[in-house]
Amino acid sequence: MVFDLPTVWSVLIAAGIFLYVMLDGFDLGIGLLLPFFENASDQETMLSTVAPVWDGNETFLVLGGAALFAAFPVVYSTLLPANYLPLVLMLAGLIFRGAAFELRAKATGTRHLWGLAFIAGSVQASFCQGVVLGSLLQGITITEGRFTGGAFDWLSPFSVFCGLGLLVTYATLGCAWLILRTEGELQAKMYALMKPICAVLLITMLVISGWTVLAQPAVAARWFDGHNFVYFAPVPLLVLLSVFGIFRAVNRQRDRMPFALSLLLLFLGYSGLVISIWPNIVPPSLTIWQASSNHSSQLFALVGVLIILPIVLCYSFMQYRVFRGKVRDTRQGYSDGH
Amino acid sequence: MTLDALHLARLQFAFTVAVHIIFPAISIGLAGFLVVLEGAWLKTRDGAYKDMYFFWSKVFAVGFGMGVVSGVVMAYEFGTNWAGFSTVAGAITGPLLTYEVLTAFFLEAGFLGVMLFGWGRVGERAHFFATLMVATGTLISTFWILASNSFMQTPQGYAIVDGKIVPVDWLKVIFNPSFPFRLAHMTVASYIVAAFLVAACGAYQLARGRRDLPVKRSFSMALWMLVVLTPVQIFIGDAHGLNTREYQPAKIAGIEGLWETEHGGTSLNLVGLPDMETEPTRYAIKVPHLGSVILTHSWDGEIKGLKSFPPEDRPYSPIIFWSFRLMAGLGVLMLLMSLVGLVLRRGGRIYETRWFQYWVFCMGPSGLLALIAGWVTTEVGRQPWTVYGVLRTVDSASPLDAQQVGTSLLTFVIVYLLVFGTGVFYMLKLMKQGPAASDANAPAKAPHPALERNALTRANVAIDR
Repeated sequence: MVFDLPTVWSVLIAAGIFLYVMLDGFDLGIGLLLPFFENASDQETMLSTVAPVWDGNETFLVLGGAALFAAFPVVYSTLLPANYLPLVLMLAGLIFRGAAFELRAKATGTRHLWGLAFIAGSVQASFCQGVVLGSLLQGITITEGRFTGGAFDWLSPFSVFCGLGLLVTYATLGCAWLILRTEGELQAKMYALMKPICAVLLITMLVISGWTVLAQPAVAARWFDGHNFVYFAPVPLLVLLSVFGIFRAVNRQRDRMPFALSLLLLFLGYSGLVISIWPNIVPPSLTIWQASSNHSSQLFALVGVLIILPIVLCYSFMQYRVFRGKVRDTRQGYSDGH
Repeated sequence: MTLDALHLARLQFAFTVAVHIIFPAISIGLAGFLVVLEGAWLKTRDGAYKDMYFFWSKVFAVGFGMGVVSGVVMAYEFGTNWAGFSTVAGAITGPLLTYEVLTAFFLEAGFLGVMLFGWGRVGERAHFFATLMVATGTLISTFWILASNSFMQTPQGYAIVDGKIVPVDWLKVIFNPSFPFRLAHMTVASYIVAAFLVAACGAYQLARGRRDLPVKRSFSMALWMLVVLTPVQIFIGDAHGLNTREYQPAKIAGIEGLWETEHGGTSLNLVGLPDMETEPTRYAIKVPHLGSVILTHSWDGEIKGLKSFPPEDRPYSPIIFWSFRLMAGLGVLMLLMSLVGLVLRRGGRIYETRWFQYWVFCMGPSGLLALIAGWVTTEVGRQPWTVYGVLRTVDSASPLDAQQVGTSLLTFVIVYLLVFGTGVFYMLKLMKQGPAASDANAPAKAPHPALERNALTRANVAIDR
């Protein structure tokens, strides 16, 4: 049987982006939650939970860029210039954030400033990612494989709302992650926060779904034409169920459940987006087949991915195992490892 | 000359990549050093190696973090600023970068956590394995990124279909003519960069009066490394030069400021000022036949002058003429310093010779300077092409206006200065502190007790005080 390479690659890239959003999501989320915790020891603990793994998480973003470049160069060379400013700002945010991780731990007088840089960087990076997502959903002007829209096409009420929506998403993931990784007073605060933040997330998801369906006939047709809605109905139903599950888990103080269900929620939201745009890769007109690189490039890169990615996932998992468990003592945290 | 979008984009790429390259170079070199240190500790159980390991892994951690964040920018800059290049050459560059991420970045990131935070959480051997994997990751990364870069310099194994470059033979694409030379040159350069940092740090601590084992041993190990590597690097550089003359003759002509093709032996311009308008090299000091001797290894070998290429195919000679001379000059100085160090080893004078310590200290950044000068030479020398002879730089840019590119350039400059400036400052501060000297390793009597005490009690200096 002959596999359709563009399909395989779009599934892979979709999975890669999901891995990124999932992993960097909770660690960006910690940056978003940090300003609400004044206590220095709380802040240390929160940062310590992600210190050993954040650069691994960010590597998935690099993989996303490189894989897009390899498999769908047309997407890479149209989506990126179309979102020039938000992407530049996202990168700047990530730089501040990543560097603040290293430098905050070593500073004393300017420690506060690096803490702020960490927070601001996380907010900026998350918001800009949401804006890019929004601009992708609303469509990008492409003629003959080149971006031909204006410099500010990405900016719209919808894309800004998506930016805010992603902030809520990441904060939810971060909160659930902290329930899993902390204990005592800090964990109690996270438990208290989980329900309201999750409710806001649900509302956000409803608004974005409604907005895309109303504004884009193509998306409405995808969801509601013929029997389609019957096939896709499990997605919104499961969303409601997971939110319900999270509320229940919070009531019963189950440490692991909120994180697992938040990931499920994220996955469902993500599937909803994929359902809306498939088989386009850049709406409204560029399909995965039109955007594909040549057969040889896709095959060559695919061989690498299939052999190496499982190994990568294995040792990334091992690393999470080494640093599993509750984070208690802030002294075992960043830069104090020795 | 006004700066248009293209030149702003080039400036931006040059700036971001030049800042980026500093950190991977340090990481590659230091990771190798760390493997040696931890291996030596496991074998000998000599505590000084362990102290050195902990100290240099702190410096490494900062450098590596800076490398990751500045590298994310690079992964997106091809798309944002160089859409033309991405469309035409994406089928080659994209897969190579994908392999780099998969085989190298993940390996580094996957084991870095254990390496930096895992001491005590995993066994000693497992920890050593993590260090080894991180170091291996840095080398694999070098392999792919230079394969990609070398393809842009000396492309082969491809065909052009519908105006796009498509791969025909991946082995030929990867192992293109300039790749082995560039890979060797860059890898050795990274080790030299790190060796100079370690040596300069040692020299500084020695000059301050410290004589404990971690300091002396760092200094000595780094100098041994340099004695071996500087001559090797000069040899590789020479071979790379011959390769460039064969595949990119215009670059060599630009580097040497040669305009006419001289018959019966080419002279070498030692210094001078190439003038792209009037086409001579002004104020040149020439040595007859030396050009032939260096670049063809024969007395009267012929080298093509810039005038044998149409003006639109010539690289901008004034920049590469001087960047090359900076690199080569530093190389000679490095070799000289290493040899002097070798002589001073007799009778243990190497730890006591003050002027030598100052010299080594001042040479600290020379590895990085030479590295960047070398990159400027090879990249500016590739112009006016992005893929040599195939795709022109003019056709590689994104459809952006100067305002957009200018804004982002300004953003990057400000953010980089703030963030990486602080990062570098912190690395320097760490090196100023020097490795911790445990009492067991300290010599019985220090030459300057006051200095010694001072050096030993200043634990954990904050970066901003």
